[in-house]
Amino acid sequence: MTDATALRRRTQDLLRAHPPADTDRADFLRARFDAGLAWVHYPEGLGGLGAPRALQAVVDAELEAAGAPDNDPRRIGIGLGMAAPTVLAYGTEEQKRRWLRPLWTGDEVWCQLFSEPGAGSDLAALGTRAIRDGDSWVVNGQKVWTSSAHTARWAILIARTDPDLPKHRGISYFVCDMTDPGVQVRPLRQITGEAEFNEVFLTDVRIPDTHRLGDVGDGWKVAQTTLMNERVAIGGMRLPREGGMIAPVAETWRSRPELRTHDLHQRLLGLWVEAEVARLTGERLRQQLAQGQPGPEGSGMKLTFARLNQQISGLEVELLGDEGLLYDDWTMRRPEIVDFTGREAGYRYLRSKGNSIEGGTSEVLLNIVAERVLGLPSEPRTDKDIAWKDLAR
Amino acid sequence: MSTPAPADLLYSETEDQLRTAVRSLLADHCAATAVLARIASGHPHDTETWKTLAGEMGLAGLLVPERLGGQGASHREAAVVLEELGRAVAPVPYLTSAVIATETLLGCPVDAPEVAAPLEALASGRTIGAVAVPSATAPDGTYPRARREGDGRLYGRIAAVADAGAADVLLVPADDGLYAVATDQDGVTVLPRTSLDLTRPVADVVLDGALAPQALTTETAVAVRRGLLAGAGLLASEQLGLADWCLTEAVAHTRQRHQFNRPVGSFQALKHRLAELWLAVAGVRAAARNAADALATGSAEAPLAVALAQSYSAPVAVRAAEEALQLHGGIGMTWEHPVHLYLKRAKSDSIALGTAGRHREKLAELVNLRFENR
Ligand SMILES: Cc1cc2nc3c(=O)[nH]c(=O)nc-3n(C[C@H](O)[C@H](O)[C@H](O)COP(=O)(O)OP(=O)(O)OC[C@H]3O[C@@H](n4cnc5c(N)ncnc54)[C@H](O)[C@@H]3O)c2cc1C
Repeated sequence: MTDATALRRRTQDLLRAHPPADTDRADFLRARFDAGLAWVHYPEGLGGLGAPRALQAVVDAELEAAGAPDNDPRRIGIGLGMAAPTVLAYGTEEQKRRWLRPLWTGDEVWCQLFSEPGAGSDLAALGTRAIRDGDSWVVNGQKVWTSSAHTARWAILIARTDPDLPKHRGISYFVCDMTDPGVQVRPLRQITGEAEFNEVFLTDVRIPDTHRLGDVGDGWKVAQTTLMNERVAIGGMRLPREGGMIAPVAETWRSRPELRTHDLHQRLLGLWVEAEVARLTGERLRQQLAQGQPGPEGSGMKLTFARLNQQISGLEVELLGDEGLLYDDWTMRRPEIVDFTGREAGYRYLRSKGNSIEGGTSEVLLNIVAERVLGLPSEPRTDKDIAWKDLAR
Repeated sequence: MSTPAPADLLYSETEDQLRTAVRSLLADHCAATAVLARIASGHPHDTETWKTLAGEMGLAGLLVPERLGGQGASHREAAVVLEELGRAVAPVPYLTSAVIATETLLGCPVDAPEVAAPLEALASGRTIGAVAVPSATAPDGTYPRARREGDGRLYGRIAAVADAGAADVLLVPADDGLYAVATDQDGVTVLPRTSLDLTRPVADVVLDGALAPQALTTETAVAVRRGLLAGAGLLASEQLGLADWCLTEAVAHTRQRHQFNRPVGSFQALKHRLAELWLAVAGVRAAARNAADALATGSAEAPLAVALAQSYSAPVAVRAAEEALQLHGGIGMTWEHPVHLYLKRAKSDSIALGTAGRHREKLAELVNLRFENR
């Protein structure tokens, strides 16, 4: 049941039973999930068939050719990329059944309540407290930079359950109901004018113990699964040649000879080369994954794309000359969709500044590559073995 | 902009085995100390290692079909050999003879005896060949041509030909065709030059009445371009091996070298530089595999894949060697430590077969991003 031919047949069966042209979008997505064609590498009964991950492409191609709707991954990126793999790895059977289906279909949006005003790169220093009260936990604290908190039904949340232990050890991992009356979401306006992210205040939020993922005190370990998947999700999308940020710049170059200068030409060619090499590096990574031999290149893709997005969009604004002085729209909005490449050059230039901050800053990712991939020693540390409550802040 | 079907960017099991075999040969016979000693002797080319590699292991014939006396393998395997040769800065004429000269002959009418004979000799490793064009010539660059007079003899001077000092036969582009000229015949002088690259030295070729009765082909430009294109594409694999050695050595050194009561590799300023270098080397690996695969499959994409690989790889290899030197401190500046061999090779490689800038211009043409509209 796991080869390409069988998957193709199964996809055709789905299309026949639920013709996209006269099936409601949400119904089609639910049927696709139940047929195991949502993410074929997930287990049976949870939207998958236990097939090799690489075979997803076969299903996607068939569905696209038939004009079937997709689940709009840009709207539910945090659910798909971070919450789902964590629920799959650490959830009980009941938790997986409750959350994964509406997560995948987009019926329920997820957000990530990790960062705090006092805990960003040093996430393990977080201070949001969860105190046990019978069958549930009472949570108090403040989270920040929470993308999609305004559309989310659920959140993955890490909170401190034991302040007397060193910081990495006293953390637990929960799924928080965003409709709880103690959750207050306020928009934070970004340099682009809009507010993708929010600050979230948690006041006596009650979380049933059945919404805990992993053991009490094991939250840091569980969070590693989330963070690793976040970086792969951000860096790992498949692009066509001249896809992504380089596309509009190259098009402008071709169609507007009056904008050309020699300096811009040299920089454009240099970035075109780097973008194509980055695309091939990502392709090589995918080929390794498909063979079941994940390479360390994965940790690098996010770093490369962050730098390239910033340099390419910066070049684009310059290339546009007079038009580079304009901006499409400063209206404060709370978008449902995050699209790095959408809108005009000025937006791309500003939005891509976040690429080297969100999901781990580039400085922190370089530390990770240096230590985990190259095996270089860590900096001497003073924070590992003292109780969280005694840390400097 | 169309996207080609993705090339196979990984290494097959056979390719991994080949790598292991070449690496162990080089570890036994071509260690850095041996390379340095050979340079002091004034005979830079390692003929012993060449005999084993080219003859006994049969690696000089990888690109040549079996019916023509070769191994019938492809550019993918030759690329793996070059990675290992780059990792060892081995002074053997593999790129120049087994790739560029061999591929140039493959671009001639191979069934004609005057082509088949030298091709078989090169494939067996008995004979070393070099194309008599300046080392810096890009795949579709211009190069000087010898003059062939009515007496059927060649005249002219070609400067800075890579590995000409090791060659038994030169493939000489002349005004009316391409000719094979033995280096030991009358009217041929090879003048070794003091070269920046100690392990792939250049020499000037002087032709003063060398007898050249029969052309290999009259389509000189086609054959030479084919040779140089394969050379430029596979040079990226040599640069990959070289850069990977530099990165590995720099990491190893900074992990064990202590200053300020800690390994210098624990200072973030160095960790970040090494992590950035690792990212760049990962890019070279993808670009080099892509070029090797495009050449191996005879893809129409090959010129683009080669131009891309050379636009990217040469500067990374130079940077890797420069970083390795800097992070070794004073030791890196000594003749005794091998890092200078890598720096000299990397810098020379950045000129060989066209600079990165030339390859970028080529790319601009291929993907319609020229400065001027045509
Ligand atoms: C657009 C956007 C969306 C986001 N969405 C979410 C979300 O949905 N959920 C969520 O939980 N978080 C989210 N974040 C938060 C993000 O993960 C944090 O901003 C990030 O981890 C950095 O933390 P910080 O802002 O506190 O910066 P700090 O950690 O204070 O960093 C300040 C500077 O110091 C550097 N630095 C810190 N430590 C080191 C070190 N050890 N070595 C070298 N340099 C160091 C950093 O690189 C940075 O340059 C989002 C951020 C952005 C920009």
